[in-house]
Amino acid sequence: MSIFWVSLLITSALVFIIRFAGYLVPEKYLTNPTALRINSLIPIALLSALVAVQSFTGKASIIIDQRMAGLGVAVIALLLKAPFPIVVIGAAATSAAIFHLG
Amino acid sequence: MNRATATQSLSVSLTVGAYGLAFGAASVAAGFSVLQSCLISLLTFSGASQFALVGVIGAGGSVVSAVTTASLLGIRNMLYGLRLAPVIKAKGVKKILAAQVTIDESTGVALSQERLGQREMRQGFWLTGVGVYLFWNLFTLVGALSAQAMGNPAAWGLDAAVPAAFLGLLWPRMQNNRDRTLAVCAALLALLLTPFVAAGVPIISTAVLAVLFGLRGRR
Repeated sequence: MSIFWVSLLITSALVFIIRFAGYLVPEKYLTNPTALRINSLIPIALLSALVAVQSFTGKASIIIDQRMAGLGVAVIALLLKAPFPIVVIGAAATSAAIFHLG
Repeated sequence: MNRATATQSLSVSLTVGAYGLAFGAASVAAGFSVLQSCLISLLTFSGASQFALVGVIGAGGSVVSAVTTASLLGIRNMLYGLRLAPVIKAKGVKKILAAQVTIDESTGVALSQERLGQREMRQGFWLTGVGVYLFWNLFTLVGALSAQAMGNPAAWGLDAAVPAAFLGLLWPRMQNNRDRTLAVCAALLALLLTPFVAAGVPIISTAVLAVLFGLRGRR
């Protein structure tokens, strides 16, 4: 089986088991404030890392290319409180324009 | 049925559809087939986890890094379940369905109906959960088919659209300076590690930063 099928099936199974557990475990076991705080910080760390890796790397090295301009436009759009589709389309259009010019 | 609850559920479902489009495209750009992309949305049904899965695999990461990153991002759904279980009061198959549609949006709408009563909370939860499920999967298919038709992702700017979509997911979660500092540190750590460790590892490593920031104290 390919890496795609294996990762798809295991991720789906684990994500379901984790969320189903929430309906089985009594609430008192998971109200520790430190655990709750860490849980809210984990997505921030992982998503920031994903943004960085997807924007500035390729084949195990740091690469600066048209994606950086796209990401810059996304940041500006978010600072201006633009809706999600504008953020994504703005980034894509900028990156594509530079790709074709370059 | 409460009209305001229904309106809120529908508007949230439609908005989230746009993310589904971005996911379908990102998934195909990462090398997953259209069928696999649709199965990820049908079975995993958790935006951040799905984006992490295709992000890590697309960057050349191992199954273990991809699955670990996606699972860590799924933990908050468990906390939502803990909060919602006493309100939803589902049994048997319905409990399984409730768990599957327990996401940021269904939880958010359910909790915002709190002052109207438990019946409205349940309505909001099911309408939003099922509505988002339908739109998310429909738009995943559209996004995946579009990306497949595009060919080179860079020519359409898809290579920048994917990190922009992640950033869009991340942005509302950053609420104070500690959150923003963590985001910058995590991004830098991941970039610094990239040349030295296997793909995918730089991303999971940043979970350690989240733990350190969380242990450091309040706020």
